Amino acid sequence: MSELTATVASAPAPARAAPLLRPGNSNCPGCGMSMALQIFARGIEHRRVQLVVPASCAAVMAGPFPTTSLAAPVVLSTFGAGAAVATGLARVARLNGDGTRVVCWAGDGGTYDIGMASLSAAAERDEDVLYVCYDNEIYGNTGGQRSSATPAGASTTNTPAGKLEEKKDILAILAAHRVRYAASLSIAHPQDAVRKVRRALDTSGFRFLHVLAPCPTGWKSEPALGIELVRLAVRSGLYPIVEIVEGRKLVINHEPDFSTEALELYLSLQRRFQRSGLSAERFAAAIAQNWRDLRARSGRIVPADREG
Amino acid sequence: MAGQLLSANHAAALAAALAGRANRAARGFCSGVYPITPSTECMELLCNQEIEKGEVVRVESEHSAMAVCIGAAASGARTFSTSSSNGLALMAENVVAAALLRLPVVMVAANRTLGPPWNIWADHGDTLLLRDSGWVQLYCADNQEVLDSVLCAYRLAEDRRVLLPVLVCQEGFVLSHTMTETDVPSQERVDRFLPPLELPGRLGATPRVMGGIDAPHTTEVHRAQHHEAMGRVFEVYREVQAAFERELGRRPADPVVAYRAEDAEALIVSMGTIASTVVRAVDEARARGERLGAVRVRMFRPFPADALARLFRGKRRIAVIDRNLSLGFGGVLWGEARGQAEPGAIVQGYVIGIGGGDVRPAHVAAIAADLAARTAAGAPVLLEAGT
Repeated sequence: MSELTATVASAPAPARAAPLLRPGNSNCPGCGMSMALQIFARGIEHRRVQLVVPASCAAVMAGPFPTTSLAAPVVLSTFGAGAAVATGLARVARLNGDGTRVVCWAGDGGTYDIGMASLSAAAERDEDVLYVCYDNEIYGNTGGQRSSATPAGASTTNTPAGKLEEKKDILAILAAHRVRYAASLSIAHPQDAVRKVRRALDTSGFRFLHVLAPCPTGWKSEPALGIELVRLAVRSGLYPIVEIVEGRKLVINHEPDFSTEALELYLSLQRRFQRSGLSAERFAAAIAQNWRDLRARSGRIVPADREG
Repeated sequence: MAGQLLSANHAAALAAALAGRANRAARGFCSGVYPITPSTECMELLCNQEIEKGEVVRVESEHSAMAVCIGAAASGARTFSTSSSNGLALMAENVVAAALLRLPVVMVAANRTLGPPWNIWADHGDTLLLRDSGWVQLYCADNQEVLDSVLCAYRLAEDRRVLLPVLVCQEGFVLSHTMTETDVPSQERVDRFLPPLELPGRLGATPRVMGGIDAPHTTEVHRAQHHEAMGRVFEVYREVQAAFERELGRRPADPVVAYRAEDAEALIVSMGTIASTVVRAVDEARARGERLGAVRVRMFRPFPADALARLFRGKRRIAVIDRNLSLGFGGVLWGEARGQAEPGAIVQGYVIGIGGGDVRPAHVAAIAADLAARTAAGAPVLLEAGT
C-alpha cells in the first residue's frame, strides 16, 4: 500500500450514500453503464472522489441543469479532453493533499477514438487518475454509430451491413504504456469487479478499468438481458477478465469454458450481428488466438473463478 | 524605470509565476502548456520557475493544455496557458468550454497568422478567431503592458462580478521576441494585489455537476448572465486599474487609449503594436501641421463601444487599421468600430501587416493621406506592407 493510500483512508470524507446514480437519471432501461456505475459505487465506499465525464451517454445521464442524478462532484468535459481535465483536478488535489481520487468515466468513443491522445498522454505522464471506460461498443449518445471498439460483424447506424474491422485491444494499448494497473470488469462478476475498483482507487498513478456495458438500443437486445449477455461474453472467452500490473504482469482472473453454446447465445440474443451473418466459428477462431496470446503473456493459468 | 531586459514572452511567464505563487495560501497554481512558435519561450521560462504550491503540466496538445486549466480551475486553482496561431485554433473547443464554465483562466497569446501556408509572423487573425468565445480580450502595445496585463487579468477574471477567462494578446516577434526594459514587481507587491482565489462553486466534496445539460431556456439564461458579466468588466477593470496603481505604482492603460485626439480632424484607430507606430505617425503629421489623432483599442472584448463613440463625436474622418482580415468582409476592428461613428462620417477600413508585414510610420502617413482625399468610404483597402 502506498503512502497516498494511507492518506485516503484517513481523509475526513463522509460515508458516501449509495447509490452513486440516483433515481431520476435519464439513462435507457437496461443500460449497462448504469449497472457498471452502481458496481463502481460499491467500490468507492468512504473514499472521496471527483468524476470527470466527457461527452457521452454518461454526460447526459446526470439530467438537465440544475438537477443531477449523480451523487458525486462531476465536471462534464469536452469529448476528447476527459483525461486532461482529470489531470488538472488530480494535480490540484495533490497540491492540496485532500486525498481526493479523480476518476474519469468515459465511453468507448471518448476513449478508443477522440480521447485517445489525451488518454495516452495522461497515462504516459502517470497522472494520479483512474480512467474507467464503459464500453458499449458504439456511439450510443449520438444514436449508435461505429467506434473503434465496435466488434467486426456488428451493424451500426453508419455501418448497416456490419463493421468490417476488428475491435481495438484497449487493454494491450494501456499495458504498452506500462500503467500502474489495468483491468477488465464484468458486471456479471461483481465481487471481482468491486475488488478491482478498490484496488484501482487505492493505487496511485495512472490506472485503467475497462467495463463491457451492454446497450440495449444499439445492441438491439432485451434490456433485462444485459448482465446475462456479459456472462455469456465471459463464458465464451469473448470478453477476458484479466488484470495487468505495471503493464507487464498479466493475471487471468476468470477461466472461460469456451462454450460454443454461450457464444452462439451471445450472438443470437442481439440483433446487431444478424445482418453481417458473421459465424460463431469465425468468432471462435479469433477468441482462440486471443487466449493463446493471453496465456503466453500471463505465464500461468489461474483456475476458474466460480463466482456468479 | 529600473527594469530587466525582457521579451514579452518572458514578461508574461514571470507575471504568471508571480500570480501563481500569490495563490499559495489558497488552492495553488496549475498550468497546462504546449509549445508553438512564437509563444514557446513563455512556457519554457514558466517551466523553469520555482512556484510554491504550483504545477506546470507539459501536455500533448493545446487542446489538452486548456483542458488541464479547466480541471485545475474547476478545482479552484489559479491557472495559466499560452499559445499562438494554429495552437489556439486546435485549443478552441476548450477555450469556449472554459468561458462557458465561467472559469477565471488567464492565457497569453503571442499573435501569429493562421496557416497553411505556414507563416510564423504576427497578425491578430488567431485571437480574433476566438472573438466570440466568451473571453475578455486585451491587446498590448509593449512588454511592460504584457506583464501588467497578465496580473490585471487575474484580478479581473477572478472578481465575482466577472468570473470570466481573460486572453492577453501580444504580437509574435514584434513583442514576443523583442527585449525591452521591463519592471518586474516583487512577490510581496503582487501578493498584495492578487488576493488568494476563493472560487465560488468550485468542485469539492459536495455532489454537483459542472457543465450539465441545458434546456433551451436555461441556455438563454446562462448566455444572458455571461453577457451581463461581460458588461460589468468595464467597471471592475477601473477598480483593477486603481488597485494596480496603489499596489504596484503604475496605472494600467484604459480600455481605449486616445492620443492627440481631442482637436484632431481625422482619427486613426488600431490595436496592438501598430498603435505605437500610429502615435509616431501622428507626431510627424502634427509637425507638418496636419491635425491627426490616434485611438488604440486595448480591450476588444467586451467591446468598448461607448468609449469609442465618445471619442468619435464630431469626427468626420476615421481610418481603422486592422492587422487581421475577415475574408469576404474586411478588418474585424473596422467592422465593429464603424458602428460607433456619427452618421455621415467617413469610416474607411485598411488592412495591413497580415502575416507579419512590417508596418512603418510611412504606411500610416499614406493611409492618412488616402483618408484625407476621400469624399466617401469605400470597400476595405488591403495594403501590402512589403511593397
